[in-house]
Amino acid sequence: MTTASTEPTASGPLSTRGRRRGGGGRERLVRWSFVLPVVVFLLLFFCYPIVRNLMMSFQEWTVASFYEAGSPFVGLDNYVDVVTDPVFGTAVLNTVLFTVGSLLFQFVLGLGLAAFFQRHFPLSGVLRGLLLLPWLLPLVVSGAVFRWIYDEGFGVLNQLLLGLHLVGDPIPWLSSTDHALPAAIIANIWVGVPFNLVILYSGLQAVPTSLYEAAALDGAGPWQRFRKITLPLLRPVIAIVLMLGLIYTLKVFDLIMILTGGGPANATETLTTWSFALSFEEFDFGEGAAVGNILIAVALVFALLYLRSIRDSFRREGES
Amino acid sequence: MRLSARFVEAIRQFRLRPDRRERSAGSAVRDVPTRVRGLYRGPFRLAAVALAVALVAAGCGGGGRSRDPNVVVELDHYTSAAASRQFDALLERCAGRFDLRVQRQNVPVDQLMPKVLRDATAHSLPDLLFVDNPDLQTVAKTGALTELSLYGLDGRGYFPGIVEAGSYRGKLYGLAPGVNGLALIYNRTLFERAGLEPPETWRELERAAEELTRGSTHGIAFSAIASEEGTWQFEPFLWSNGGELTDLRSPRAVEALKFWSGLVDSGVASRSVVNWNQNDVTDRFVSGHAAMMINGSWTLSTLDEEGVNYGVVPIPTPSRDIAPQVPLGGEIGVIPETTPRRQADAARVLGCMLEKETMLEWSTQHAYVPARVEAAAQYAEDVPAMRPFVEEVATGRARTAELGPRYRAVSQALADAIQATIAGATSPEKALERAARVAGSEG
Repeated sequence: MTTASTEPTASGPLSTRGRRRGGGGRERLVRWSFVLPVVVFLLLFFCYPIVRNLMMSFQEWTVASFYEAGSPFVGLDNYVDVVTDPVFGTAVLNTVLFTVGSLLFQFVLGLGLAAFFQRHFPLSGVLRGLLLLPWLLPLVVSGAVFRWIYDEGFGVLNQLLLGLHLVGDPIPWLSSTDHALPAAIIANIWVGVPFNLVILYSGLQAVPTSLYEAAALDGAGPWQRFRKITLPLLRPVIAIVLMLGLIYTLKVFDLIMILTGGGPANATETLTTWSFALSFEEFDFGEGAAVGNILIAVALVFALLYLRSIRDSFRREGES
Repeated sequence: MRLSARFVEAIRQFRLRPDRRERSAGSAVRDVPTRVRGLYRGPFRLAAVALAVALVAAGCGGGGRSRDPNVVVELDHYTSAAASRQFDALLERCAGRFDLRVQRQNVPVDQLMPKVLRDATAHSLPDLLFVDNPDLQTVAKTGALTELSLYGLDGRGYFPGIVEAGSYRGKLYGLAPGVNGLALIYNRTLFERAGLEPPETWRELERAAEELTRGSTHGIAFSAIASEEGTWQFEPFLWSNGGELTDLRSPRAVEALKFWSGLVDSGVASRSVVNWNQNDVTDRFVSGHAAMMINGSWTLSTLDEEGVNYGVVPIPTPSRDIAPQVPLGGEIGVIPETTPRRQADAARVLGCMLEKETMLEWSTQHAYVPARVEAAAQYAEDVPAMRPFVEEVATGRARTAELGPRYRAVSQALADAIQATIAGATSPEKALERAARVAGSEG
């Protein structure tokens, strides 16, 4: 919980790669035997489902397909049906709003808190530990608790707002199409802040204090120090936090499912919840798979960006 | 605690009966130790062992071939402790009569259909299956079910709505021991205090609800959640107003939805109804935050336990001369295609579950209505609290009667329309227009 840096320093495999090629066939077999379990695992649990999902999205998969095994190839029909569905636009917009809204506030709050905990004050360690709590709770628990907090009549949030005379009427947090998405975003921000806090905090720890001292001697104010020293040095960490946060947020499912189930009237339907609904509520597995694949494609683009940014930062490390 | 006990029991049995172990796991298990000894000889040995283990695991998963011939595998979704125990006992007794044993599988209601579809793919469906009645169409559509006429079971003497719910394309695939329906349940204490009579018409319902809405207590609670549960609660109002699921655009349907959402707009029902399932509705009623609720007979046992002073009346209709039309609820027993012998055994057990005495017992325990007309009449006399439900079942309708397997899509579209009207600013006309379009395109 203290200052251990979580940044990966994967210099090992990179620097030793290709150094000792060849060797006896026996040795090579031994070496492969270490890789084999991983390869089998990946093939079985990653490649197979993804390939199967891809195939499914080009087939008409209904309940009849399950028993009599008839699932005719329909080309891009599933994708066309999904994209022209009125819910598609809503789901995409909700996914974007949910992801951007969550990320923005998670990051700003996380960074603010990380900077705050840079100073040492009594109980700062305990407080930092407590702030990790949302991260440790299972999302199902957080979701259920937020459902109570948001309840229109008895929820503690409305009681508080009414008591402070901030609002005249109780706000229908989860039961109006205008409020449900912001409510879901707020809950997700609460869940995501600790992740940002932890990583950014460890990034901040890596910034040498001597730089700040030098800047202070040169007459730089706090804002200037933050802008000219903290931000540039923290950039690789920020890139990682945002990229991982993005991928985590894109695939959020359980929280929304528990809070609203995608409702009311699709107001919180994202691509994940919609894919689930298509597959397991409407039993149109072809269309469900199509939505799932669209989501995978989007996540993949960002994952590749993330991998590239890691590679670049290693290269930079190698150069310096 | 219970799980671990079961686990220990399983291990004990495993030890006691080595013969069974060999039969179920196959010969590969006995081969493993010899292979393990040679483990360090090379990576290929390792791979071979891994493969063997994987094959054994896969073989065990299938399970279909090694079923004990005297065991009937049954699947249902009665997961609450009391219902599960009672259903267990009935199954055991019925199976025992034919020297059979029952291996009961039991999953939460929302996981039942995914499990059934998975089992269908692997051709390892249970011998006897109890599904929620609107889902019968979906299972029957897979082609995995057998007609009940094969076993000499027919729908004579049953309420017509129940036979319809058990039929797919004109053929009978399932029958239910008991059914349930919705009614208006009211808090007698609050009604007496306000000097009110339980409502019979929509106007009376509105007036009573308005009268009883005080402080944190709403006049009425119902479920308008975005799933079948929300549609099912609205259907009595749609039907008794002359609306139909096949024509969601009709003025009759619009009027019914206007009434339904009007209850929220006028403040006599909470806007949170869009997030409540029927258990949440019961909670509101029990805690005194709702003076009336639309709910099913299965909640009565909870109300008795909590000591609520309640009364039950049929669901109000637009006018006094219209009889209520509720959708029939409850689970239907069906027999999937397995082997002729297993099917015959399952049919004997199902036949016993459908006998008048079993029906009466199960209905009494579970607050259901017996599916046979004659049994229901006797039941109404024995259990007066259930009389409104019995009356309603006589005129009850099968949700899937007109739509068949398309019901699922229409139901989802209608639930969305209800949500859009109550939670959003969409007018009932527009919401239903859209629902009809969506349902039409997916049919």
